[in-house]
Amino acid sequence: MTEPVGHRTPQPAGHPADPLAPSGLALLLRRFRLIRVGRVPWIAGGLLLLLVFCALFADLIVPWDPTALNLGKALKPPIWEDGSVPGHVLGTDNLGRDILSRIIQGAQVTLEVGLYAIVLSGGIGALMGMISAYFGGVVDAVIMRLVDIQMSIPSIALALVLAAALSPGMSTVIVVIVLSYWTWYARIVRGEVLSLRERDFVKLARVAGCSTPVILWRHILPNVINTLLVLASLQLGSVIIFEATLSFLGLGVQSPDMSWGLMLNDARPYMTRAWWPITLPGIAIMIVCLAANVFGDWMRDTLDPRRRQL
Amino acid sequence: MLNYLIKRILQGVISIVGASAIIFAISRLDDPTLLLLPIDATPEMVENLRQRLGLDLPIVQQYLIFLGNALQGDFGNSYRWEQPALALILDRLPATLELAFAGLVFALALAIPFGVLSAVYRDSWFDNFAKLFAMLGQAMPNFWVGLLLILFVSVNLGWLPAFGREGFDSLIMPAIALGWYPVAAMTRMLRSTMLDVLDSDHVRMARAIGVPNRVVVWKYALRNAAVPLVTMLGIYFANMLSGAFVVEVIFAWPGMGRMVVEAMFARDFPLLQVGVLFSAILFVVVNLLVDLSYGVLDPRIRHD
Repeated sequence: MTEPVGHRTPQPAGHPADPLAPSGLALLLRRFRLIRVGRVPWIAGGLLLLLVFCALFADLIVPWDPTALNLGKALKPPIWEDGSVPGHVLGTDNLGRDILSRIIQGAQVTLEVGLYAIVLSGGIGALMGMISAYFGGVVDAVIMRLVDIQMSIPSIALALVLAAALSPGMSTVIVVIVLSYWTWYARIVRGEVLSLRERDFVKLARVAGCSTPVILWRHILPNVINTLLVLASLQLGSVIIFEATLSFLGLGVQSPDMSWGLMLNDARPYMTRAWWPITLPGIAIMIVCLAANVFGDWMRDTLDPRRRQL
Repeated sequence: MLNYLIKRILQGVISIVGASAIIFAISRLDDPTLLLLPIDATPEMVENLRQRLGLDLPIVQQYLIFLGNALQGDFGNSYRWEQPALALILDRLPATLELAFAGLVFALALAIPFGVLSAVYRDSWFDNFAKLFAMLGQAMPNFWVGLLLILFVSVNLGWLPAFGREGFDSLIMPAIALGWYPVAAMTRMLRSTMLDVLDSDHVRMARAIGVPNRVVVWKYALRNAAVPLVTMLGIYFANMLSGAFVVEVIFAWPGMGRMVVEAMFARDFPLLQVGVLFSAILFVVVNLLVDLSYGVLDPRIRHD
């Protein structure tokens, strides 16, 4: 019989253990070191891919219908606790809905909001930043004042006004996210373009008769694209938390649609009776944000090491 | 210096007026007559009310009237409480400021030792622990931190009250929930600036002439490394004001944030407008104060 490598051989009774043989703790530590720093971005990237997979194929992989009510099975604990029901791995919520299925389905909203935030606020912010820096003067002053005004309204406060006027929902969340996040892109892209504008290749393009849109698109945008990617990945985590907060307050996604923040809101009245509905969706948020932040840090270090302070 | 001050104050005023215009415009997307009148109101009643509230005027004129009244401290009466909206908000403001201040104190009390020690003992187990803590802190929504605190500390252990505002005990958990995110951000920032400062000539000089390590780190190095942290305090304070909306709801804290959230659900626009405008004013004022404090902290920074 072959022993697994590194496995401790049983000691004959009465003999002291070999002092040089690795102890259980050392073995554990050795195994733990498999997670080396260099692999962390890959783990983070893998977790983000898992999120995308859950969101795209939620309908196929959910073990239960995430909206199916079953009051007979309400608030059943996860499978490792006493009193659990078979099949509900992470237990059920106050209406007997399967928590694992709801977390998988909730990934859709998380991904959707993340994509909108990146594409729309990144796009608008980059465009405004480029225009502001390239034209300068009055245009610059107006856009930068707009940025100041926008930044002075706390984003949750803006969400409250919009939700009251429009009615809460996914569209409110997206509008608020775009309005709140474009300013960061605009400020940083403006800073980059201010120096790019004076570079020879831009001046030459102007002399050669390129139109302004062509200069912005062909000559300036490719030079700020790295910054944009870094900013987008660094903001993904904060956008996800923001959506969860809005949905938790009832300003975002409405039942029967589901989001992790909304699940936490549903679970709040029952928190004295059941710990799992209030912890597990939060852990999902935490894992995705952690992955997004680690991935963002890695992107920044790889693509744009000058911006360590971001 | 005076020119700089005037310019900054002017920018602040523009921001606040701009914010008020945005808030006003969004509020007008909703028709308050539907809310104020019974469902079976006749068209004449609606028309009457519209004229009385000035809703038949052009939007720009409506805004100027709003601004004029606002400058005199009149934001209208809250639909729900039937009292002046401004007085209601001012009444709740001290509770919110107390909470934000407590959150800031909590954040600084943790972030300063964490940031300094992890820079001094770079790559030690403590540094790794602080890094992990900062990563986790930035990945947890503040309302969830609050819920977990209630679950473990109030429900399971029964140590602290889960809601209300009665004495110091009830302030602890909301302050931790609110300060959680800034702890992470401040620790990361202080660590990186401390690393730079510890490597600088004046610190090496202090060590060379035999100044004790304790004094070098906590007096000479920290004072220099703290400047960027102070410049960010305005941002963190704004982050906390924004966070206060949800933290106050969770802990039933009787502050401005919870009142504004309730006003949103009641579609109580006068109250909502003042509350949101006030948070914008607080943001602008705090950032102005922070900008002006650089020069005091670091005489090399001059606003010419």
